[in-house]
Amino acid sequence: MTYAVELEDVHVSLGGSHVLQGVSFRVPTGGVTALLGRNGVGKTTTLRAVMGLAPHTGTVRVLGHDTGGLAVHRVARLGVGYVPEDRDVFVGLTVAENLRLAERVEAPAYDDAFALFPDLAARLRQRAGSLSGGQQQMLAIARVLLNRWPLLVVDEPSKGLAPKLVGEVADALARVATTSTVLLVEQNLAVVRRLAERVVVLDHGRVVHEGPVADLDDADLARQLLGVAAAQ
Amino acid sequence: MTTFLSLTFAGLALGAVYFLAASGLSLIYGLMDILNFAHGMFMTLGAYAGWDLATHLPASTPSALTFALEVVAAVAGGAVAALLTEVVFIRPLYGKPLSQVLVTIGLDLAVVALLLGGFGANSLSLPVPLWFLEASHVGAVLLPNADFVALVAGVLVLVVLEWFLRRTRFGIVIRAGVENREMVSALGVDVGRAFTLVFVIGGAMAGLAGLLYTAVFTGDLLSPLQGDGLLIFAFIVVVIGGLGSIRGSAVAAVVVGLLQDYANYYGGQHAGFSEIGNLSTVLLLALVLEVRPRGLFGRAT
Repeated sequence: MTYAVELEDVHVSLGGSHVLQGVSFRVPTGGVTALLGRNGVGKTTTLRAVMGLAPHTGTVRVLGHDTGGLAVHRVARLGVGYVPEDRDVFVGLTVAENLRLAERVEAPAYDDAFALFPDLAARLRQRAGSLSGGQQQMLAIARVLLNRWPLLVVDEPSKGLAPKLVGEVADALARVATTSTVLLVEQNLAVVRRLAERVVVLDHGRVVHEGPVADLDDADLARQLLGVAAAQ
Repeated sequence: MTTFLSLTFAGLALGAVYFLAASGLSLIYGLMDILNFAHGMFMTLGAYAGWDLATHLPASTPSALTFALEVVAAVAGGAVAALLTEVVFIRPLYGKPLSQVLVTIGLDLAVVALLLGGFGANSLSLPVPLWFLEASHVGAVLLPNADFVALVAGVLVLVVLEWFLRRTRFGIVIRAGVENREMVSALGVDVGRAFTLVFVIGGAMAGLAGLLYTAVFTGDLLSPLQGDGLLIFAFIVVVIGGLGSIRGSAVAAVVVGLLQDYANYYGGQHAGFSEIGNLSTVLLLALVLEVRPRGLFGRAT
């Protein structure tokens, strides 16, 4: 089996707090792997370590390459699209400029992006700052689709979205996952159940569970790991 | 009315030079969070580069071509000084703002001392075409030709810079980097190259500002300290306009230029205070900081 992402004994300290305390797990190539856990256990920090955005010790391999010492843009150029927790679209730029900035290949796949998010095609000249939260999330995802990269790292895509939009974003990610590996952080367990094949659960900066998504069907285990009822 | 129009025109010309001095400073801070105190040195070196080139030309009455060559030398001098500063001194200090401030202040002091040692404390005379010292009638108003040059240069640079920032990929990278540098990197863009480019653009404009300031406002006299004097107003313009905003710098530069000219003249005439322009500018700065701390066009932080 090949792996799109491999972490071995990754430690991250932020502002004196030891956030990741030896995180090790592997993300198989293809499909969606969800990284779960209560608030504040280090999920976002783990994704940032994968992207090279969080200074860390230990080994991070992305698409077979050890990212030790690589600048963030070099990690991205290995073939990683990053959708951060707060979308981080460039609010002063238009939709078209946001997309143009993300182009890294000769023939960007605008057709793919607009097929998934036709609303964006009609708003190319609109400033991203004037888009709704849902539209900004679509833009954040669309801009990493342009390069048809093999790995997408997606942090809480449903956060703050109305239920209908959560469904649309999940639909889009489901289609994306047919061609790319997706490492997903998501609090909405319905979305996780729908998209993910595998789950990795963090607690107190460590991996406490790895397995198929069906493990979440065990109500006691889900409550123990995530502090939520499995039916949620 | 004629006096008012003359003052307005002179204020706009001064504003144009302030804009040239401030816009690079604003971009550098907006993108890189660097308070670049060496920017005054770029202005001074630009002016000296123009002067140095003119002294190597065959002796003759300075022509428009002479001045054009001085402009090229000033732009190149400022750009090269900025490139070397970024590559040699700033790049190893990314993420260390205090060290950056100290090193840029040190650089500025060192270059001023070197210029004083090399050229002496006496002001040098920058050769400019005779036409520069004359004035032209626009209707009933007599306007100095040199002010036209400053104004045209300021407007041209504003237009080109706006085009560059809005229409080119590098421009989009720079605007996006001013908003969120980390996210630009995460999209696979080498922000370091944009940093260098912004420094070079800022240095080129500073070099032009230094030369024009000499040619238009100092009676063609060039001194090692003039860049630092101009830098103070450039910083004021940047803060009033909003860090990282070129349009903000343009508007603030015009406001500061006009205010200084009006205050100097009317303050001297009616209130008995001459040279009150500088005080007015600082009061405006205080007012803007009180009412709108992020400046006229600055982004919320």
